[in-house]
Amino acid sequence: MIHASKLVKAFGRRPVLRGVDLDVPAGQSVALFGPNGAGKTTLIRIIAGLSKLTSGRVQLGGQDVQKAGPGLRRYVGFVSHNPLVYDSLTAEENLIFFGRMYEVPQLDARIVQVLEQVGLAGRRKDVVRTYSRGMIQRLAIARAILHDPPILLLDEPDTGLDQQAADMLRSLLVELGSSDRTVLLTTHNLERGIEWADRALILNGGRVRFDAATQELGSAEFRRIYTETVGGS
Amino acid sequence: MSYLRKVMAIVWKDVRAELRTKDILSSMLVFAGLSVLIFQFAFDLRADNVRLVLPGVLWIAITFAGVLGLNRSFILEQDRGSLEGLLLAPVDRSAIYFGKLIGNLLFIFIVELLLLPLMTVLFNVWLLSPALILVLVLGTLGYAAVGTLFAALSINTRAREVMLPILLFPVMIPVFVAGVQAVSRLLDGDSLADIMRWVQLLVAYDAIFIAAAMLLFDYVVEE
Repeated sequence: MIHASKLVKAFGRRPVLRGVDLDVPAGQSVALFGPNGAGKTTLIRIIAGLSKLTSGRVQLGGQDVQKAGPGLRRYVGFVSHNPLVYDSLTAEENLIFFGRMYEVPQLDARIVQVLEQVGLAGRRKDVVRTYSRGMIQRLAIARAILHDPPILLLDEPDTGLDQQAADMLRSLLVELGSSDRTVLLTTHNLERGIEWADRALILNGGRVRFDAATQELGSAEFRRIYTETVGGS
Repeated sequence: MSYLRKVMAIVWKDVRAELRTKDILSSMLVFAGLSVLIFQFAFDLRADNVRLVLPGVLWIAITFAGVLGLNRSFILEQDRGSLEGLLLAPVDRSAIYFGKLIGNLLFIFIVELLLLPLMTVLFNVWLLSPALILVLVLGTLGYAAVGTLFAALSINTRAREVMLPILLFPVMIPVFVAGVQAVSRLLDGDSLADIMRWVQLLVAYDAIFIAAAMLLFDYVVEE
């Protein structure tokens, strides 16, 4: 579903990605780890089509992200630590707006469905600025899955969440990942990441340094591998 | 039709948010009203010189109030990263430009709608003629077209609120010259036919800059 080869991205003369290869088959969930500046966010933004490549190639469902038209963006639902929603609109108005942008069929019914899924149905008429950080993040997920994308990209979705909100996010992601949806997420929380994903990748210095299935890894063992891989970064 | 529906969805979103917060319109209206009042007190406006000063006062009030609105329209997109939410949508990015442009135009027109009667009363000069309104509409269109593009460009700069007027005003000189000249001639009693070359300049400016902004917007918002 996601195929990236020889990805290079530089900001000016500073290379951030130095030849990343990545294949994520449909239905798999992958957690991407790495220290600050490793290139995780840059990689995920390139896959989402928000950032241009310096060289290399990214394909989603066999279509080249850089060459395909805007229709390819329908493949992707994107959640970042920024919620990408409007504070001065209600949850329902936000979803009406994004539903219109994605031409979601039977929008009213779909909005009710996703708001129930994220546990915000009771607050749908409330303005977003009255929400807690955890509720805003749940609304961000509702926005990302509204058009039922086959690929979900999550860039540090747990940033700033307390334990309760993070647990709620985890159960939501498990539910979303249990379908055929492909999930690629980045997080700094090692335990949470390998619990959420089928596969763990460590990115450091703009390259993939480690790639393994999470079921083969214990939490303590993965922490050791991570520390060894990342070293003093 | 799908393209147009998405443009209108962006306009709907901006209007809805503005109706709730009144962030943009309130600051534009207060600023425009205050600047007209200050000019009223600052100049010695007698019947023989009011027609010389009034066109400049009108365009200055619109321009400065407009900058506030243009700045706010993209800052509100930037604060929660919602501009990225827009960029992720499966639509040609020129639709985002047109959606924002129509929203900005709407807000500036509302300010003008209140400004013209206010100035008519304060300066005792009839400003509600169809020809003058046509000149204002054409000038405002060019102003908002360039302003929307530059507002998108300046949001990623450090001094974004200062950067917009610095970028925008030099490019706006043809609109100001044509707008002031056309309004001035209309107040002197000329007809629309007499000021046609200024109107043509405004039409040409609008067409060129809307086309250029449509082509450039994707590059302006890309990382």
